[in-house]
Amino acid sequence: MKKIYGRPKYLKARKFHYCPGCGHSLVHKLLMELMDELNIADRTIGVAPAGCAVLAYDYMDIDIVEAAHGRGPAVATGIKRSVPELVVFTYQGDGDLAAIGTAESIHAASRGEQIMTIFINNGIYGMTGGQMAPTTLEGMKATTAPKGRETRRDGHPLDLSSLLAQIPGVVYAERVSVNSPRGIRQTKKALEAGLRCQLDNEPGLALIEVLSMCPINWKLSPVDSCKWIDEVMSKKFPIKVLADRRIKTTRKAVSGSVD
Amino acid sequence: MTSPKKDKVLLSGNHAVAEAAIRAGCRFYFGYPITPQNEIAEYLSEHLPEAGGVFIQAESEISSINMVLGAAVTGARAMTSSSGPGISLKQEGISFLAGQELPAVIVNVMRGGPGLGNIAGCQGDYFQAVRGGGHGDYKTIVLAPGSVQELVDLTMLAFELADKYRNPVMILADGLIGQMREPVILPEPVRHFPDKEWALRGAKGRPSRFSRSLILNVRRMEEHNWKLQRKFREMDANEIRFERYLLDDAKLAVIAFGSAARVAKGAIKRLRKEGLKVGLFRPITVWPFPHKKIRELAGEINEFLVYELNAGQMLEDVKLALAGQGEIFFYGRPGGVIPTPMDVAKIIGSRYYQRIKRKAK
Repeated sequence: MKKIYGRPKYLKARKFHYCPGCGHSLVHKLLMELMDELNIADRTIGVAPAGCAVLAYDYMDIDIVEAAHGRGPAVATGIKRSVPELVVFTYQGDGDLAAIGTAESIHAASRGEQIMTIFINNGIYGMTGGQMAPTTLEGMKATTAPKGRETRRDGHPLDLSSLLAQIPGVVYAERVSVNSPRGIRQTKKALEAGLRCQLDNEPGLALIEVLSMCPINWKLSPVDSCKWIDEVMSKKFPIKVLADRRIKTTRKAVSGSVD
Repeated sequence: MTSPKKDKVLLSGNHAVAEAAIRAGCRFYFGYPITPQNEIAEYLSEHLPEAGGVFIQAESEISSINMVLGAAVTGARAMTSSSGPGISLKQEGISFLAGQELPAVIVNVMRGGPGLGNIAGCQGDYFQAVRGGGHGDYKTIVLAPGSVQELVDLTMLAFELADKYRNPVMILADGLIGQMREPVILPEPVRHFPDKEWALRGAKGRPSRFSRSLILNVRRMEEHNWKLQRKFREMDANEIRFERYLLDDAKLAVIAFGSAARVAKGAIKRLRKEGLKVGLFRPITVWPFPHKKIRELAGEINEFLVYELNAGQMLEDVKLALAGQGEIFFYGRPGGVIPTPMDVAKIIGSRYYQRIKRKAK
């Protein structure tokens, strides 16, 4: 009998600690499928963030380094510059990438570091219990914005990916989501495109932003969380290719044109 | 062995530490400009790539220490350098290096503080350096050079100790030593490096591994802490370095480190000519601190004069070491003032006359 679906080879046989309906486990799975499909598991180093995904090494059967909150791109820079033949990715949340690590994100991009940054955007600080994130939408409630984000008080939601996409050192930037089977398939394609940038020696950083569900802190059911990404979140953070400066593009972006 | 004369060159402290780092096998430098240590980065930006290494001027001190962590985790010898305000920013990364047991060398060319302070030589960062500096229970080996030659030698040693213990090592210099030019003999480049079977370079032919400092299980976290503490005790047992200068017949011992010790030595030379029996005890490792050696001194000498370019920091370690024995007099000059040997000789001399000559009468 032919096996058509199973746990990816490089995903450890361990129960996820993530909450029901969370998007992290989906992205972990896709990433580990790609390790196998691209045959790069033994030459990849992942940089885990502070946040829910800090325990990435419990699930990903590849070399993983933990970084201080926001410092992933700097740690990844040190790794990649030391061993350029490695495939290096950072796995970061919205607080990590777009608040405490803004400088590290922008300057790794500006230097055109040959790494991939996976940016899990769920609009909230998950691990610490639902505080306001740089990407929390206007009006969206958080434990530190109890009446909902009010821009005069709390500032505007920050679309750091669009900012990063302006930087010449970013060779590829795409925003995807994992709230539907179609979105998950697209996310895998985007992650593959991001990893291939390093395999093709593209001269810069690949950024893949993933809109991801956090039902517990959104106080929505998993199903409603998926809907909320379609109906609300993706209006502020549109799903599309944000930049494509690849030279040796073997496969063009599928989800749409660059604008 | 090559002829030492051949390699004798006139170098500033900052250029010397940079050249010594290359000779120690450091191939990765990440830093951010701050006076009085900019010549380290400038030198390495030119000479590190020539040696096949990587130089990056990072966007911040925080980024540079984390780049060091990234290079260190792959098994490479990496360093960063800065001065007071920048070292404060690096403390987060230094704590992570200690927690993840990664080797790295951090150079602090101290300047006046607190805050932005000034750019003159100072020793106000002693506490920050020897008490850990960042969050959590950890120690870094701290080496305090008293000359440009010693800065070279201690830089070579710093990389060796960092690898030996898998722990960050700090070189605690200051603006005076960093900017001062002296003839130095440069050592031969290191050719043999320890195996780093713990390094992460992709899980080829072995199970995957990780480098982390997060340990949620409190028992395991405690275990990890005790493991680190055992390592720190081992450093304390094996790595203490100090200099005794004219102490054998001394009635008064000056205790000073780094630049202050250099100035004190000049003062002691003058006073010896006048017949005063004074000597110098100079800790070279300020962590681990030579507590025992100072305690032993108290058997021979009753009068101690602690001299620092701060308001009294190493003084606390001397008090701990002496544990109530002997008389301690403190002379401190914070804020970047560097007294001349003549000034210091006056202080030591007057204390000597008050406590020793008067008693003798």
